[in-house]
Amino acid sequence: MNENKSNSKNPLHGLWALTNRDLKKWYKNPIILLLGIIQPIIWMSLLGKAMNLGDMFTSFSPQLPPTIPQEQIKQVMSELSKQAMTQIFGTADYFSYMAVGMMSFVVMFTAMFSGMSMVFDRRLGFLNKVLSTPVARGSILMAKIFSAVIRALVQASIVLGIAYLLGLSVSADFTVLNLLGVYAALFLISMGLSSIFILIAIRSTKQETQMAVVNLLNLPLMFASNALFPASLMPEWLQTITRINPVTYATDATRQLILYNIDTHQLAIDFLFLGAFAVIFSTIGIVLSWRYLTK
Amino acid sequence: MTNDAVVVEGLTKVFNKNLVAVDHVDFTVKEGEIFGFLGPNGAGKTTTINMLITVLRPTEGGAVVCNHDILKDASGVRDCIGVVPQEYTADEDLTGFENVILCADLYGIPRDESKKRAEELLQLVELTKFKDKQVATYSGGMRRRLELACGLINRPHVFFLDEPTLGLDVQTRAATWNYIRLLKKQFGMTIFMTTHYLEEADMLCDRVAIIDRGKIIAMGAPNDLKESLGGDIMTLSIQDGEADVSDLIKKVSKVKEVKKQDGTYRIKVVDGEETAPTIIDAVRAEGHRVTRLSLTKPTLDEVYLEYTGRSIREEEESKEGFAAQRMAMRKARGQRSMGMGH
Repeated sequence: MNENKSNSKNPLHGLWALTNRDLKKWYKNPIILLLGIIQPIIWMSLLGKAMNLGDMFTSFSPQLPPTIPQEQIKQVMSELSKQAMTQIFGTADYFSYMAVGMMSFVVMFTAMFSGMSMVFDRRLGFLNKVLSTPVARGSILMAKIFSAVIRALVQASIVLGIAYLLGLSVSADFTVLNLLGVYAALFLISMGLSSIFILIAIRSTKQETQMAVVNLLNLPLMFASNALFPASLMPEWLQTITRINPVTYATDATRQLILYNIDTHQLAIDFLFLGAFAVIFSTIGIVLSWRYLTK
Repeated sequence: MTNDAVVVEGLTKVFNKNLVAVDHVDFTVKEGEIFGFLGPNGAGKTTTINMLITVLRPTEGGAVVCNHDILKDASGVRDCIGVVPQEYTADEDLTGFENVILCADLYGIPRDESKKRAEELLQLVELTKFKDKQVATYSGGMRRRLELACGLINRPHVFFLDEPTLGLDVQTRAATWNYIRLLKKQFGMTIFMTTHYLEEADMLCDRVAIIDRGKIIAMGAPNDLKESLGGDIMTLSIQDGEADVSDLIKKVSKVKEVKKQDGTYRIKVVDGEETAPTIIDAVRAEGHRVTRLSLTKPTLDEVYLEYTGRSIREEEESKEGFAAQRMAMRKARGQRSMGMGH
């Protein structure tokens, strides 16, 4: 009767099936995809274009001794502006700076909401059904993480594409390799972040709690990072937070790869941090899923 | 090792240290039978099933399901069982076929095999025509059938059905019973089901256990349980309302008990069909005329009443028509039972 021999089976069976289920739910409802990327696009196209920091120096009339010719002032200010932007933001154009930050933003949001589908699966009884099958407990969790990661990467790609159309100034030595690096960085951060948020949801049946957690954390994670503004200009205490915020490292890595001339040392640190972040939290997730998925 | 499909010993679940949902329950499900767990909402039926399907850890006691211990060899249990949960768990965004294949993947069944089985099962539950439609478009009865198909994809040895007809109308419920019988005939597995519908337990189950407040209060074949009540119920009226013929009736052999209420006699009697004429004759012999007589076979409802002192119907009727509310209550109970910290 029972033809299934547990030892002849791939221990990862069901992992892709569960991942694919979440992905299917997502791509069969394009409206969800649209809603997911509409916010970063608004931020980028409205705030990013509005905050034209580069023009701050050139679009006002400084009160200086009249002995200096106006022409010269204009020239100096324009030069100052360029240097200030390049030194502080790494690029002369604030839009490009924050557009790349928006890729971290969209990844962060997708990861944050990944816990929600865990809550729904529990509420709707689907999780219990899966738990009664021989799927590895870790696979149940990893499927959630992977589907969040894949969704995050697709959305980040769309954001990148739109940013490019809106005038993102890509560095001269940008290659396909850089693009792969961008995906690697975003993969690691979304893996780490979604592990955390799925862990928060692992025993929860209340989507309200999840919403509250997301609301509580999204702005701090966003602002206490270099996603919108350089950390170097922040007060010391805030800089300390940005240094432990993984969003900072993901954003720095993607900026280096897309906008800047790569600082190999800094990029290595970014990837090390992101790698450790992803490995540590997904491991914690798998270990806890053995214990806590079943009540 | 026994040959019994499910052996449960002292199974207990306590939620939040004080809510005893299942209280030292012992029972055995024999190979190949349909065993019903009958009880009102909140009796501990779902909690019991969840422990047996390794989704919930018992506080105390244990069970062996198809020769695998639910605690020591949970994955062994998971391999040999099929589960149809109370909720509609099929994914609304996927098609019926995709849902069955998803279930197959969870058991690691190779794709060529799972496709074959999915087609076969969908045919059995008569969903072939709708297999490529999104489940969101399915009716309640269709969804139940889809759940049945999903639960059978791994050819389970023991099939667990938690309230298989909850929220279905009377016709759909009867149709679902037919599907369950059909599938049982086709695959010959042991079935463990919970229900709070007495007629469902009566129609489908070889044996039932009546559970109330976490404890099993009666167990046996539905007919044995009914017979244990001591016979049929006869009600009788005579023309002369003033006279009392109770003692007269009591003298008839096989009459167990006589009660007079508002001029009618409620008589508990063995072999009602044969005894009824004797009773009529005895009453007539004293010059009374019988104006009305009815004979009812005892139902599980009377069994339930006998053992709990309450009628399951009374409890149900107050809730009937509030299916949504009931589901909400189940959810609320689910939350509590999960011991949420947040």
